[in-house]
Amino acid sequence: MSKRDSGAVETRPPRPEAASTHHRRSTSSRKSPRSSVGSTIVADSSTTTLGLIVKILALSMVTAVAIWAAFPLIDAKAWGWLAGEAVIVASVFFVYLRRPLPMKYLLPGTLFLLAFQVAPVIYTVSTAFTNFGDGHRGTKQEAITSIQTGSVKQVEGSTEYTLAVATRDSGELVFLLTDPDGQAFVGDADGLRKLGGATVDGGRVTAASGYTLLKLGQLSARNQEIGDLKVPTDNGAIIASGVTQAFEAKATRHYDPACDCVIDVETGTQWVADAETGSFVDASGERLPQGWKVNVGFDNLVSVATDPHISGPFVRTLIWNLGFALASTLGTFAIGLLCALAMHSDRVRGQKIYRALLILPYAMPSFAMLLVWRDMFNADFGLINRMLSLHVDWFGGPWTARAAAIAVQLWLGFPYMFLVSTGALQAIPKEMTEASQVDGATVWQAFRQVTLPLLLVALSPLLISSFSFNFNNFNAIYLTTEGAPFPADNTSVGATDLLITYTYRLAFGGAGAEYGFAAAVSIYIFTIVAVISAISFRRTRHQEEVYS
Amino acid sequence: MRIRTAGVTAAFALTLLASACGGNDDTSTDASAKDSAQAGGTLTIWADDKRTAALKPFAEKFGKENGITVEVQAVSKDLQSNFVTASQSGKAPDIVVGAHDWIGNLVQNGAIDPVQLSSTQKSSLADIALKGVTYNGQIYGVPYAIENLALIRNTDLAPTAPATIEDLVSSGKKLKASGKTSEIMSLQVGENGDAYHIYPLYTSAGGSLFGVKDNGDYDAKDLGVAKTEATAAFEKIAKLGEKGEGALKRSITGDNAIATFTSKKAAYLVSGPWALTDIKAAGIKYEVTPVPGFAGGKAAQPFIGVQAFYVASKGTNKVAAQEFVTNYVTQVDLAKALYTAEPRPPALTKALEEVSATDADAKAFMEAGKNGAILPAIPEMSAIWDPFGKAEAAVIGGADPATAIPAAAKAISDAINK
Repeated sequence: MSKRDSGAVETRPPRPEAASTHHRRSTSSRKSPRSSVGSTIVADSSTTTLGLIVKILALSMVTAVAIWAAFPLIDAKAWGWLAGEAVIVASVFFVYLRRPLPMKYLLPGTLFLLAFQVAPVIYTVSTAFTNFGDGHRGTKQEAITSIQTGSVKQVEGSTEYTLAVATRDSGELVFLLTDPDGQAFVGDADGLRKLGGATVDGGRVTAASGYTLLKLGQLSARNQEIGDLKVPTDNGAIIASGVTQAFEAKATRHYDPACDCVIDVETGTQWVADAETGSFVDASGERLPQGWKVNVGFDNLVSVATDPHISGPFVRTLIWNLGFALASTLGTFAIGLLCALAMHSDRVRGQKIYRALLILPYAMPSFAMLLVWRDMFNADFGLINRMLSLHVDWFGGPWTARAAAIAVQLWLGFPYMFLVSTGALQAIPKEMTEASQVDGATVWQAFRQVTLPLLLVALSPLLISSFSFNFNNFNAIYLTTEGAPFPADNTSVGATDLLITYTYRLAFGGAGAEYGFAAAVSIYIFTIVAVISAISFRRTRHQEEVYS
Repeated sequence: MRIRTAGVTAAFALTLLASACGGNDDTSTDASAKDSAQAGGTLTIWADDKRTAALKPFAEKFGKENGITVEVQAVSKDLQSNFVTASQSGKAPDIVVGAHDWIGNLVQNGAIDPVQLSSTQKSSLADIALKGVTYNGQIYGVPYAIENLALIRNTDLAPTAPATIEDLVSSGKKLKASGKTSEIMSLQVGENGDAYHIYPLYTSAGGSLFGVKDNGDYDAKDLGVAKTEATAAFEKIAKLGEKGEGALKRSITGDNAIATFTSKKAAYLVSGPWALTDIKAAGIKYEVTPVPGFAGGKAAQPFIGVQAFYVASKGTNKVAAQEFVTNYVTQVDLAKALYTAEPRPPALTKALEEVSATDADAKAFMEAGKNGAILPAIPEMSAIWDPFGKAEAAVIGGADPATAIPAAAKAISDAINK
C-alpha cells in the first residue's frame, strides 16, 4: 500500500503546479508577509465582538457535546469516564477563559493526542492481558444467560399451541392458546386454564370476552414482557415463539451459584466455572462454548515469546520483513527522486503532463490496484507472463514472489516519493548547485555532495515513517500473495509473510479470533518498530547538525 | 476588561448549557416516545447485498400486515464479524441472514438464540437443511436455501457427463489437445488452496476432516486430516496436479475460475449455484451433474451449506423477530423470491418443487448434493481452512504429500488445542 494511508505522515508536499512555474526563486523558504498579517488577526480576535461570539459558540458546543456524552456514561455508571470528561471540559473552559496563551494552542493537540493515540494504545495494552476473543467476549453473567437461553428445549411429545396474545382489562398480559383439537386455554404466570366463550377461527382465538387481543405492532412495545411470560406446567413452561405459536419448553441447563457451576438436568453433567480461563469445564476437561473475559496476566505475552510457531521462524521472517521495508522505502525513494530530478530540469517540456502521469498510481485506490497486480502476476493467465512470453510461476517460488511483492510496492509508492522530493528540491536554492559548478564540480558531484545531503535533511523523517509503515504493510502482502509460497512442511509461515500478516493468521486463523493474543503480538511489533525508528531519528539529528 | 469578557462568555455559555440541557430533555422524551412507537416499530434485518434486495418487498409486506417498520440493511462485507461486534456492544439487529457454519461461532459469543419450530414447519423443510442448523441438539436458525458444489459442463464442448474424474481428465485433455480449450478443468485452487472446492475429490480419495459423534455432530477430537488416509488421498490428488496431469493448477483462483469457464477456456467447472448467473449471462449451454469421484474410489462428497435466518440474542424486538423467522421465512413465496435473486435451491421442499418445475438447475444441484456432507459448524472448523488449503496448494504444486499433510495436521491440532 502506498504512503498516503499512513497516519504517520502528515506532511504534505507543496503543490507541484505552483512550484513548476517559478524556478529561480526561494520564496518558499522565506516567510510570506501575508502569514504574519493573518496571525495578527487571529491573536486579536478574542477581543473583537466576532471573536467573542465565536468563542461563546465554540465553548457552548463543547458543553453541549459534553452533556450529550454524559448521559450514556451515567446510564452505564461509568464514573471514571464521567470524571475524566468533567476534567477535560473544565480544562477547556479554564484555558480559553483565563487564557494562558500557549496552552490555547497546546490543549487541542494534547486532547487529540490523548483521544487518538494514547487511548488506543492503553486499550491495546490492556487487552493484551486478557483472553478477549471469540467465546470470551462478555461477562460471566452474559455467558450464563446465553447458556441458559441456549438450552431451552421443547418438551418431547408436548402439545404445540396456536397463540394469540391478549390483555386483561387490568392491562395484564396473557396468552390465549388453542391446542390442535381447537380447545382454547388462557395462560398466565399462575398456570393454564380452559377458556370458555372464546371464538376460535382457523385454529386461533380471535375474540374472547374480558380480553383484548393485540396485534404485533402493539405487542412489540411489550416485547420484554412477552419474552418473560412463562406459563408454568408440570413438565416446564409454555413460552411464546413469535406471536402466533407457543410451546411447552424447559431450560435443560441452569447455573447453580452454590457450586459455581452449570448443571445439565437431563444428564446431570456439571461444568464448573474456571476463573483462570473464563470457561465452564466438566470433569473430563470439556468446555462449554460460551465463556467470559478474564485477566490472564502475562500469559499472552509469554506465549508469544515461547510459542514454537512464532519463535521458530521468527528470525527468518524478521529479516525478510526488514528487507521488504527497506527495499520498498529506498526503492520508491530512488525512483521517485530520479523522476523528480528529471522533472526539475528546465529543459523538460510538457512537465505538467509528465507530472500528472507520474502521480497516477498514487491517485488510484491501492486496494484495487493490489488485486489487479495480483492477477497480473498469475502464472497462466497473468498479463506479465503473457506480455513478456515468460513462464515464471511468480507466486510459486520464494524469490520470485518476494520480487513481485516489492515490484508492486515500488509502483504504488514511487509517486509519493516523487511528490515529496519535488517539493524538497524546490526548497534548495539553485545558487548552491550553481556555486558548486563554478567551483568545478561535476553534475554527479554537485548532486552527491550538495543536493542529496540537503534533501535528506528534509526527507529523512519521511523516509523513517515510510519505513515503519512498510514494516507493517499488511495489505501489500495480504492482498497479493497472502504470504505464499508456503514450504510443504510448514503451513504457518510463508516466504513473503511479514510479521504482521503472519501473526494475523495466528491470532485470527485458529478457532476464532483471539484479540488478547493479537494485542500481545502487536506490542512486540510496536517495540521492534519503535526501536528502529528511535535509532534512525537519532542519526538524523546528527545529520541535521552536520548539514544545517 | 479581561474579567468582564470572561464573565460574559461564561454567562452565555451557561445559558446555552441550560438550553442544551433543555434540548437534551426534549430529545430524551422524543426518544422514549419514539421507543414506544418503535418498539412496535422497528425490526432490523442484516443481510448481504443481493439478499437485501430480494428481502425488501417481503419485509415491507410483513411490516404492513403487522403494523411495524421493517428495515433491511445491507452489510456487504464481514457480516458475521460485524454482527458479533454489534451484538457485543448492544447495537445488534433483530435478525441476521447467513450461512449455517457461522452457528458455532455465533453461539459461543452468545449472539443468537435457538428458535422453536412446530412439527409441521420442521417437516416442510429438507432434512439436510434442518441438520445443518442444528447445533448441540438445538435448532438455531430457520434455513431457506441449500448450496453445494456440482460439476457444470459446457455441453457444446463435452456432450456427455463423465462418470469418473479420470474420464473427465481424459476428455479435458482431448479438448485441450484439439485446441478447443486451454485448460482441462476449472477447479479453483489459488496460491493458498481452497479446502471447500477440493473436498469432493478429497473424500472420494478416502479422506475425511472430522469423525462423527453418536448424536451425529462432528467430533473435533477425532481429526481426519491427521490420519494416513488423508495423506493417501492427497497422493491421488497430486496425480491430477501441476506435476501430474495438470488438471488442478494454482493459477486457477476464486477470481478467475468461473471466468475461465464462461470464456470457454475450460469445458468443466466445479462450482456452486452462485456461478449460474454468470454462466447464463455468457450464453453457454450447460448441464449440472454431480462432481465425479476417482474410479473405484469412494463417493465424492461436496460440502453442503445451508443459508438461514437467525434471531439475535440481543435484538430489541425479539418477539417480532421470532415471528418473522419462524412463520414468515417458512413461506413458499419468500423462498422463491430469494431463489430468483440468487439461484440457491430452496430449503422448503414445496418451494423446491415449484422452482424445479420451471428450472432444472435447482433439482440438479440437489441431486449433486445427495451424497454431500454438512459443512461442519463447530468452531474448530475455522482452524481447518487455512492449513488444509495451504497443504493442498503445496501438493498440487508438486510437494510431497507425506511432508505437507502431516505438517498441516499438526498446525490444525495445535490451533484447536491452544
